[in-house]
Amino acid sequence: MSEEKKLFKVKIDNITVEVEPGTTILNAARQIGGEVVPPAMCYYSKLQGSGGKCRTCLVKVSKGSDADPRPMPKLVASCRTTVMDGMEVANITSPEVLDARKGVVEFLLLNHPLDCPICDQAGECDLQNLSYEHGADATRYEFKRRTFDKIDIGDKIQLHMTRCILCYRCVFTADQLTNKREHGILGRGDVSEISTYIHKNLDNDFIGNVIDVCPVGALTDKTFRFKNRVWFLKPVDAHCKCDKCSGKVALWMRGNEVFRVTARKDKYGEVEEFICDTCRFDRKDVKDWVIEGPRNIDRHSVISQGHYVGVQQPKETFKAVMDGRDPKLLMDIHAVSEVNRPDVDLSKIEGPAHSNDFDKKQ
Amino acid sequence: MGRKLLLDKAHIEGIRYYKTYRENGGYAAAEKVFKTMKPDEVTEEVKKSGLRGRGGAGFPTGLKWSFLAKPEGVPRYLVCNADESEPGTFKDRYLMEFLPHLLIEGLLISSYALGANTTYIYIRGEYAWIPDILEEAIRDAKAAGWLGKNIQGSGFDLEIYVQRGAGAYICGEETALLESLEGKRGTPRIKPPFPAVKGLYQCPTVVNNVETLATVVPIINIGGEEYAKYGTGKSTGTKLISACGNINKPGVYEIEMNISVEEFIYSEEYCGGIPNGKRLKACIPGGSSVPIVPANLLLTTAKGEKRMMTYESLSDGGFQTGTMMGSGGFIVLDEDQCVVRHTLTLARFYHHESCGQCSPCREGTGWMEKVLKNIENGKGKMSDIDLLWDIQRRIEGNTICPLGDAAAWPVAAAIRHFRDEFEWHVNNPSEALTRNFGLAHYADPLPVPAPAAV
Repeated sequence: MSEEKKLFKVKIDNITVEVEPGTTILNAARQIGGEVVPPAMCYYSKLQGSGGKCRTCLVKVSKGSDADPRPMPKLVASCRTTVMDGMEVANITSPEVLDARKGVVEFLLLNHPLDCPICDQAGECDLQNLSYEHGADATRYEFKRRTFDKIDIGDKIQLHMTRCILCYRCVFTADQLTNKREHGILGRGDVSEISTYIHKNLDNDFIGNVIDVCPVGALTDKTFRFKNRVWFLKPVDAHCKCDKCSGKVALWMRGNEVFRVTARKDKYGEVEEFICDTCRFDRKDVKDWVIEGPRNIDRHSVISQGHYVGVQQPKETFKAVMDGRDPKLLMDIHAVSEVNRPDVDLSKIEGPAHSNDFDKKQ
Repeated sequence: MGRKLLLDKAHIEGIRYYKTYRENGGYAAAEKVFKTMKPDEVTEEVKKSGLRGRGGAGFPTGLKWSFLAKPEGVPRYLVCNADESEPGTFKDRYLMEFLPHLLIEGLLISSYALGANTTYIYIRGEYAWIPDILEEAIRDAKAAGWLGKNIQGSGFDLEIYVQRGAGAYICGEETALLESLEGKRGTPRIKPPFPAVKGLYQCPTVVNNVETLATVVPIINIGGEEYAKYGTGKSTGTKLISACGNINKPGVYEIEMNISVEEFIYSEEYCGGIPNGKRLKACIPGGSSVPIVPANLLLTTAKGEKRMMTYESLSDGGFQTGTMMGSGGFIVLDEDQCVVRHTLTLARFYHHESCGQCSPCREGTGWMEKVLKNIENGKGKMSDIDLLWDIQRRIEGNTICPLGDAAAWPVAAAIRHFRDEFEWHVNNPSEALTRNFGLAHYADPLPVPAPAAV
């Protein structure tokens, strides 16, 4: 038997979890799942070096480790802080964290335009979710928001910098998928912008993935822009034989028409496998795909409204409570009341019902 | 006259050049180190001296050096942080301009102690003429056998390179400096890992301020224990203070850390008092990012003691009533200065210099500037003051690097101590455009709390 690895015990919001050394607090929380998972706008587990920038995943470390029980002096970014043995972390149990997170959401929304009604990302936007859960009702910002011109970075991708929250995910994606470095940040501070090297087009077989990793509607698919709202579309899992990528995608369909193709995203909004641009932009015919079945979307999402998938019927508990016996009627209401008349079929009455219809003599 | 260790020979004509510097006892410390000391002994000597980082944070230098990871086969680097961009601080400029060989000698000794064979001086882009001075000094030192291969027959090699920055304040933060030095965009790294483990080119690196490294020379010359006798308590030795603002004699002063703030401002030896018979209103004793304090809290602590020019005394009372030594940029404001306007200037600076990497600082600094501009221009509301407080509270501590804190502290301190001046600006918008709030009660003696009954 191989040598047993020592696991680190971490307590997040008083829930203990054992994780491998080197795991970040965020990933440890994801192993627990549920509400203790801090939100992440910039961290992306598939991208090296991402995270630490948006500050929404701040948590309080109330005990450093067993060896050094001192708490950390500041709130730490859980996506980039690795766990120690015996660490105790407070996320939603700490008012300080919730307050800081509220502040961060406010900062993120300061210069973000309120154009959700015309934004293609609406309905699947991480920032919408974040502000819905953690944000304040109204902004206190009274000044003009910064704006940028829209630019095309490639013939199929449009960049609308005004909406960008500078998470750097697309920069890491472009950087890690290509050898050339053509996509990066220009400028400094709140006027820094994502752009390409002197308006160069990004041409790479996988560059379309920057659309998927974008947490807001800054990078959009030009083959899908303004075609449809995501919640009117039906997401289905599909695959095809592709020589460039795995070919496993999610199709967004209405009727028999494929509106867009994206990679499959897990519950944290991260793609499972990057797909190639041919699959994403060119294969928009149902015949190109082998459909596997409907895609499961979180039921809290607006996309799954009206789709009663996975809805659980409440369990009948009578029999369980009564040791398997059927419940016994205590009283037959019809035996004592003249009001309820199951023998009168309302659907057979023509026109509005009248007291004559319930005449006892009938 | 206070005792001097760094600038004691600064008055000698031609001390900038190798020949004069050598004739006046220069490179004696390096000679001593190479002849008689092992690297560990140098670190030990610096530890004994109690030298604290002069860049702003005041972290003990010897301790920092001992944290340096020393894996086999991996080069180690020493980086000298000469990206002195803090408004109000110009002490390193003086050192590099007039005593470049002191810095070179300090770098030589420190590199020997740390086992670094390559040392970089990262200098801010605005100091356009200083790299030439430093490079000339490096050339002369090399010609005299103090740099290069097998220095003075000790078997130790060292090369010093000067690298100019491109004019970003953020590159004074050590990890941003390293990124910039590597040729990347100068944005702070997320710590850990700390530079002592993974710094420049992923190798162990020590980043120290110019003054800190120059101070190593007198420490070796007189010995760590002797050095520790200068100053008071844990604030050992001397400190360069760059005084500016409303004082009669602005400039760089070397002080022994045993004089009071009052003496520093009013004595003829140092700042020489406030011009035109004005009264002192407020002061930022450590460069723009440390909290501003009103005159009464500057001269005496909340406990009623005299405030001294030491790390401990200046920070006595925490941020409630104290401030920080910082990098030694001593900015004095007289009664004619407007604290709101002053805070706006600083907020504008931090907004301009925010790197834009993490959201609280990127968005919050600009917001603070806009709100402050409204208050200053007579368009402010009472709620704006509380809003400012709330913004700074949410920036502080929530950012990757200390620039967020540095942007938040001046605003916080201004509101904490000068709230009535802000309120006056809001209540008298038209008057605020034509005149200043004046001294008000900011110099009134503080009520000394009665000692607790036993």
